[in-house]
Amino acid sequence: MNGLYPVIPLAPLAGAILAGFFGRLIGRTGAHVVTILGVLVAFVCSVLVFQDVQAGNTFNGTWYTWLVAGDVKMEVGFLVDSLTATMLLVVTFVSLMVHIYTIGYMADDPGYQRFFSYISLFTFAMLMLVMSNNFLQLFFGWEAVGLVSYLLIGFWYTRPTAIFANLKAFLVNRVGDFGFILGIGLVLAHFGSLDYATVFAAAPSKAATTISIWGDAQWSMMTVTCILLFVGAMGKSAQFPLHVWLPDSMEGPTPISALIHAATMVTAGIFMVARMSPLFELSETALSFVLVIGAITALFMGFLGIVQNDIKRVVAYSTLSQLGYMTVALGASAYSVAIFHLMTHAFFKALLFLAAGSVIIGMHHNQDIRKMGGLRKYMPITWITSLVGSLALIGTPFLSGFYSKDSIIEAVGASHIPGSGFAYFAVLAGVFVTAFYSFRMYFLVFHGKERFADDHGHDDHHADDHGHGHGGTPHESPWVVTVPLVLLAIPSVVIGFIAIEPMLFGDYFKGVIHVAEPHEAMADLRHHFHGATAMAIHAFGTAPFWLALAGVVLSWFFYLKRPDIPAALARTFKPLHTLLENKYYFDEIYNAVFASGARAIGKGLWRGGDVALIDGLFVNGSAKLVGWFSRLIRRFQSGYVYHYAFVMIFGVFTLLTLWFVRT
Amino acid sequence: MSSMPLLTLAIWVPILAGALVLATGSDRNAGLARTIALLGAIAGFVVTLPLAMHFDVAFAGMQFVEASTWIPRYNVNYSLGIDGISLLLILLNSFTTIIVVLAGWRVIEKRVAQYMAAFLVMSGLMNGVFAATDALLFYVFFEATLIPMFLVIGVWGGPNRVYAAVKFFLYTLLGSLLMLIALLYLYRASGGSFAIADWQKLPIAMTAQVMVFLAFLVAFAVKVPMWPVHTWLPDAHVEAPTGGSVVLAAIALKLGGYGFIRFALPIAPDASHALSGFMITLSLIAVVYIGLVALVQTDMKKLIAYSSISHMGFVTLGLFLFDRLGYEGAILQMISHGFISGAMFLCVGVMYDRMHSRQIADYGGVVNTMPIFASFLMLFGMANAGLPGTSGFVGEFMVIMGASKVNFWFAFAAASTLIFGAAYTLWMYKRVIFGAIGNPHVAELKDLEPRETLFLALLAVAVLWMGIHPAPFNAVLEAPVTELLQHLARSKLP
Repeated sequence: MNGLYPVIPLAPLAGAILAGFFGRLIGRTGAHVVTILGVLVAFVCSVLVFQDVQAGNTFNGTWYTWLVAGDVKMEVGFLVDSLTATMLLVVTFVSLMVHIYTIGYMADDPGYQRFFSYISLFTFAMLMLVMSNNFLQLFFGWEAVGLVSYLLIGFWYTRPTAIFANLKAFLVNRVGDFGFILGIGLVLAHFGSLDYATVFAAAPSKAATTISIWGDAQWSMMTVTCILLFVGAMGKSAQFPLHVWLPDSMEGPTPISALIHAATMVTAGIFMVARMSPLFELSETALSFVLVIGAITALFMGFLGIVQNDIKRVVAYSTLSQLGYMTVALGASAYSVAIFHLMTHAFFKALLFLAAGSVIIGMHHNQDIRKMGGLRKYMPITWITSLVGSLALIGTPFLSGFYSKDSIIEAVGASHIPGSGFAYFAVLAGVFVTAFYSFRMYFLVFHGKERFADDHGHDDHHADDHGHGHGGTPHESPWVVTVPLVLLAIPSVVIGFIAIEPMLFGDYFKGVIHVAEPHEAMADLRHHFHGATAMAIHAFGTAPFWLALAGVVLSWFFYLKRPDIPAALARTFKPLHTLLENKYYFDEIYNAVFASGARAIGKGLWRGGDVALIDGLFVNGSAKLVGWFSRLIRRFQSGYVYHYAFVMIFGVFTLLTLWFVRT
Repeated sequence: MSSMPLLTLAIWVPILAGALVLATGSDRNAGLARTIALLGAIAGFVVTLPLAMHFDVAFAGMQFVEASTWIPRYNVNYSLGIDGISLLLILLNSFTTIIVVLAGWRVIEKRVAQYMAAFLVMSGLMNGVFAATDALLFYVFFEATLIPMFLVIGVWGGPNRVYAAVKFFLYTLLGSLLMLIALLYLYRASGGSFAIADWQKLPIAMTAQVMVFLAFLVAFAVKVPMWPVHTWLPDAHVEAPTGGSVVLAAIALKLGGYGFIRFALPIAPDASHALSGFMITLSLIAVVYIGLVALVQTDMKKLIAYSSISHMGFVTLGLFLFDRLGYEGAILQMISHGFISGAMFLCVGVMYDRMHSRQIADYGGVVNTMPIFASFLMLFGMANAGLPGTSGFVGEFMVIMGASKVNFWFAFAAASTLIFGAAYTLWMYKRVIFGAIGNPHVAELKDLEPRETLFLALLAVAVLWMGIHPAPFNAVLEAPVTELLQHLARSKLP
């Protein structure tokens, strides 16, 4: 089985290389055949590895040595356990669906081969990330997925908005990576190794280590390290206040929004923290920080979903909010729940994004939900699958999202670390908000009056320009688009019911995820758990269910029954509405403070430091001084004999005088 | 080991090839001059390959040693020898010479023979610097490299070439003069020896160590260049022809870093320790300050020149951390910087040859007409931003890791390059390459010709090879760095 491990990341890489370098040679069909084949191989191997891991065969070993510096070994290796196996299945399955879907979605795009090459390259990088057994390779995968995300957000490189968004995404991620690499540096400095197993084994003995960062104050090394590592996760998983790049990333083609910016890459931060549970468990402060950041993201990003009119942006804010939920779970030491929600979310959010893409195709590039309505008639498969996805997202009992989200809420309720009170409120309120914005979108798109007829063809400024041709009524998408929707809808419905018991309450993550004694929120959950069916039935009597129902009913009332109310509310609460519409002004503030600030400082240092001071005063100044001095000296060499004679006589006179005076 | 005088060949093959190229005379024989130059450059690279093949990784001392007397009266010897550090730099230098000859192939139309000869001669002299184990021989080579570079900038440079060439020459010469004084002092103190190895063993009092260190510092800091004696470099780069910029960035700057490793650190270890805080501060200022300055440049070459200075900050930072990761990272950063900065300047050259402008504002949407070029620049840009999997990551990562061991804030300031490096590189990329076609000139651009593809591809392979499999690069450094660290840990105070 060990021989299979390298095949998993390398098969998509081979596909990416073939499609990327020989795209013209192998043609469009060739490109999608080789890349899909690569991902298919990875998926099949992942299934085999998953079964193998279930049978108890885990693996941790080096595959190749990258560099040796003294006693520090930097290696590429694989850690294959239940956490890795879960991620492998999720990544390869969603990637496979997205690859197939892309055949339809990008059918007429001139960059067809390039697109397949990128998404396969992404799959490779993501797999390297999740399979890593050390911090170096983790960082490699971390940055590599960032690179491909950059390339894909800017896929349509002639659009100003796209190339702004990809630069922004990369730089904001780099801010996170800045913290991340410092965290890795502290790990190396204090453990002398970058290997997970070595570091985790030594962690408890270092729990009391303190370092002085500022002045005489002693900081817990573990707290500083964990918070720095988490800063990396905040970048990659778009947590407040580094969330700003994710909504803009919607400038990329829809398949990658599903694959990268919903199902996989953005969950890398969640995965990383879960992987690092032996470290995070040693610092309550760090956990508290994680919890509060997650709670802020979960609630406040959800609010923004309510006022968005671009179909993809609604889903994007929903993703932000759901990532917040996962982070909250991490903070509550319910790592397994976070991974569980990561998995269910990957399925239903990929589904929602791909369905949104299908709507965009059907609507001939229009992404504005105000210009849709009544699409269920024209796009039955997209309609049903979207409904399934939305129901899963809002946590309808028996569907996948219910099991994971309800577990998060209960885990936070059972947690006692500082900030858990606020987090509990945030995740509860978030349930209502999620249901409201999800069904607002659902009703506006699939139900109600058809609003596209009168207004078609305009305002396609933000639309995906994939050239499906204009005109005509909305139409259902081709089978390559709808089949992935159906295939994703199935796990969105059933995976929670199947997986909750083994993943959360069985031995699935035993020895992989470490939870310290005082943080046993999960034990509380286990105590109350009496099977998946009982949990769903019990849910009908709990607050989350009624909050979700209230959200759905309210959105139905607002957007189907009385569409005049939202407009009236927006007018009444104008300042609040403006605040939400402007996304709390984060972009403006960051732009003014960081982007303009850095440029202003750079300009100041350049003009003031380099040009004026160093060059002007010292370099050219000393040259001028020499010039001035030599001009002065030059005056003495006038060439007139009487000048020289005069100076000579004067000199002789002076010398004689001095001589006489002395004697 | 081979009995051939390999190091002598590495030095004199390119120089003789240069003389041969000069002999072709005027531009009527330009074609012949180019051919001889290319063959000479390739021959110069080929003679360095046995060095790599027969190199003994486990041996820390000098290898391929050659020695004969030169000026017996003053005990000056023509003595050569290399360790792993020199080996990498010699290979980089000889490799770069081929690239430079290719890069100047069609672009240089006037005084072709002289142009090519200058680079070949310079290549030989640089190898001499890295191979000399006699200090006066080192000094002669070190100073001699100034002349061809001065000519390259002054003759084939841009409109403001004279200012830039003189600034370059005076700046570096002034630094070297202080070094000469230090060399003479050490000659006397060691009782009449110019052997660098003797000097490294010499006990020196603290005050004298500090004076010697500062003299070396001025010489090498100008070369690296360290903040605040860096201002000659952007001017030199902007005015130099593409080939000149490539050699300047890839090789000439390395003389400074190499000088610290061979002279300043081992000869004055106590002073180096005492002044390490000062050196680290200067290095970090280079990383942060220069990174911010690079952000606001409007001239692509100037931007890359500043980026180059900022990256060289990692070299001096790594050297003064007194940590293994720092040293090895610093040396690997020098090699990687050679590939990446060289490639970035070549890319600007490719665009300049077509558009005759280096202003970012004159471009926009180049990807539409030059997609292959855009892919290469993306690779080199990402390498410049230190992306893992490229050579740019290796040294920076190691130095940041080394800094983390020493002081959190050193690592903090150094790691800011993750943000600034990405910001200035990718922002430039966005404005130049991405977007809709910016103007009619961009619309007429032709993508790379085979010659350009060849030299960019060679560098791309180097960047990726070193990024994906840096182990062989570092393997040759282990033994000499181990010895250097042990040496630095011992006080030399009498």
